[in-house]
Amino acid sequence: MTRQPSVSRRRLLRTTAAGAALGLAAPFGPRQARAAGTTIGFIYVGAKDDYGYNQAHAKGAAALKGMKGITVIEEEKVPETVDVQKTMESMINLDGATLLFPTSFGYFDPHMLAMAKKFPRIQFRHCGGLWTADKHPPNTGSYFGYIGQGQYLNGIAAGHATKSRKIGFVAAKPIPQVLLNINSFLLGARAVDPAITCQVIFTGEWSLAVKEAEAVNALIDQGVDVVTCHVDSPKVVVETSARRGAFVCGYHADQAALAPAKYLTGAEWNWANVYKMYVEKLLAGQTLPNFTRGGLADGFIKMSPLGPAVSDAARKQFEATLADMMKGSFAVVKGPLKNNKGDVVVSSGQAFVETAIELESMNYLVEGVIGSTS
Amino acid sequence: MADIASRPLATDRPAPSATARLAVLRETLRETLARRAEAVVIPVAALLVGLALFSLFIAALDKSPLQFFELMWRGGFGSWFSFQNALARAAPLLLAALCVALPARLGLVVIGGEGAIVLGALAAAAIAPPLRGVPPLLVLPAMALAGMVVGGLWIGAVGALRHWRAVNETISSLLMTYIAIALMNHLVEGPLRDPASLNKPSTLPLDAAYRIGPLPGLDVHWGLVVGTVVCLAAWVLIDKTRWGFAARIVGGNVRAAQLQGLPVARLTIGFCALAGACAGLAGMIEVAAVQGSANASLAAGYGYAGILVAFLARHNPLAIVPVAILLGGVEASGGLIQRRMDLPNATVLVLQGVLFVATLFSETFYGRFKAFNPDLWKRRD
Repeated sequence: MTRQPSVSRRRLLRTTAAGAALGLAAPFGPRQARAAGTTIGFIYVGAKDDYGYNQAHAKGAAALKGMKGITVIEEEKVPETVDVQKTMESMINLDGATLLFPTSFGYFDPHMLAMAKKFPRIQFRHCGGLWTADKHPPNTGSYFGYIGQGQYLNGIAAGHATKSRKIGFVAAKPIPQVLLNINSFLLGARAVDPAITCQVIFTGEWSLAVKEAEAVNALIDQGVDVVTCHVDSPKVVVETSARRGAFVCGYHADQAALAPAKYLTGAEWNWANVYKMYVEKLLAGQTLPNFTRGGLADGFIKMSPLGPAVSDAARKQFEATLADMMKGSFAVVKGPLKNNKGDVVVSSGQAFVETAIELESMNYLVEGVIGSTS
Repeated sequence: MADIASRPLATDRPAPSATARLAVLRETLRETLARRAEAVVIPVAALLVGLALFSLFIAALDKSPLQFFELMWRGGFGSWFSFQNALARAAPLLLAALCVALPARLGLVVIGGEGAIVLGALAAAAIAPPLRGVPPLLVLPAMALAGMVVGGLWIGAVGALRHWRAVNETISSLLMTYIAIALMNHLVEGPLRDPASLNKPSTLPLDAAYRIGPLPGLDVHWGLVVGTVVCLAAWVLIDKTRWGFAARIVGGNVRAAQLQGLPVARLTIGFCALAGACAGLAGMIEVAAVQGSANASLAAGYGYAGILVAFLARHNPLAIVPVAILLGGVEASGGLIQRRMDLPNATVLVLQGVLFVATLFSETFYGRFKAFNPDLWKRRD
């Protein structure tokens, strides 16, 4: 059973009028004509004003809203079940979307893949690094950013701000992406002072406000004075830390407004760049890339402006490292490096730059991180 | 007074003539109709009152209630695609609602179906990989059985705690849900983890042969049929068997049931276990038809949505089917409402909440309206 995306009367009028006016309709065929009035769908797993993961994507989507001929449609709080499949289908069938960005990691398999098979003429791009050419359909793809770099810079700011030499990390789940962030945060801090340790607490869920607040309180009770996190919405962590008098580094989006005095900096996604790239390619009639990756140098991620509590020394080291990273190929993880059980995980002379594939299966916490992956 | 005197009295009534018999028949029919009408009119009125209240809410947000209901119709029921969307979302709600409705007939408010769904799904996903190579006709029932047994044990334990230790079943089932989800996360991230599932810990994926496909010609999986059949079976159990009758007596008055020598322990634990088995089966279907492996996405709130469905259906298994489809349609239209009206997702939750409260409130009206209650007519006479 194949189904073509239905085109509403208004859309048809608009696209044909625009296409005819530009004289594009005839030489480039229907696909180009349609691109003149393209509808792009964004799907979020949480609230789009969550000060975190979903807000970062919604901000990226908002950057497209002013673009000529682009209609952005959004749906928030869509669970990773048949619901998201139906949402994609509804966006295609009822709104005529031709490019979809299902942004939650869990949307990929089986949900987005099932829809991509059903709608081979619709383009799907998923946030995460899961796409591989031999396994997945050509109308799908992945995009992701090397945000561990941002956590390393967070670590530098934290390393200068801590007095107790104890910093803390509230993490959702012990998966490679999160472990890389924790390790990067500590390694950044240790670039300031090698005696610093980082206590990590896993909450077990991507969004569980009560446990996140408990974790922050437990960390601060143990003497931690700078906190960061990797959960879907850092709002609770940022606010609780600031209320308890600890400094805080942000994640996903800019949370400075939640703790103006205590916010040092933050590792933010810069999805506006990525989404604009896709849309410009689409409007130019080019094929969309299937696999897209980038870091600070590529404008995929950025740092929140440094807060008022950041010292001059911290600012200097932060900016110098940032400048290094902007050149590309900066190795946060390099040998000799032990895990926190004492085993060597990176031998001397080995260095993993941000693009290294080894980082994507990270299963250890480095020496200096207090906590366990299981 | 003359009116009363001219009426024939029951005692001096001669052998009933044909017209008198017709009159009695008509009276009986009227009484039956009145009682039946109550079961339809009150819920529909509650629905309308709920919608009216919700319209005020929408109007207070400076949006058009008319547009809201128009989009709800279009997104949930107005086209073949939309109706299938509603059916697809209704499918898991049927079994989830039974997990609430069955114990409710014994007067128990079990709200922990979510836990049984998650663990049933996990059991089904865990049992399939070791059986690789066995024909699907054997593996699928084995998966269903595994899900039902685990779900049955989980909610059965709630019934046992209730009966033997007098632990409030509402609280225990809710708390056990948190334990169930934590247990699922632990097993999925630990012993049962597929090593290849790096950033989304999951069990090993099911072979394609062990997946449940869509219904022929429809874009809805078989869970809809299974759920409907189980709802029918549950109705037969409750309304047409002596176990169901006994359960309803326990629900009416436990002491009276005990005095009559009814096996209250077996009924309580048995109905809870059956309810859990329904939820466990829902979990198995979710794994086999949708997810393909067990992971954190399973805790999607179907168990909680089932509570709403069961209460709106007044715990009648037959009513669960239309109510689930109605709610599936409401949820299906939620996305369109977000996209077209720029309302947050919570709007649909507010609607569900208002309908829920209106229905609960309407419970107090049963038997109070003279039009629906023949006993009240007679009292006047």
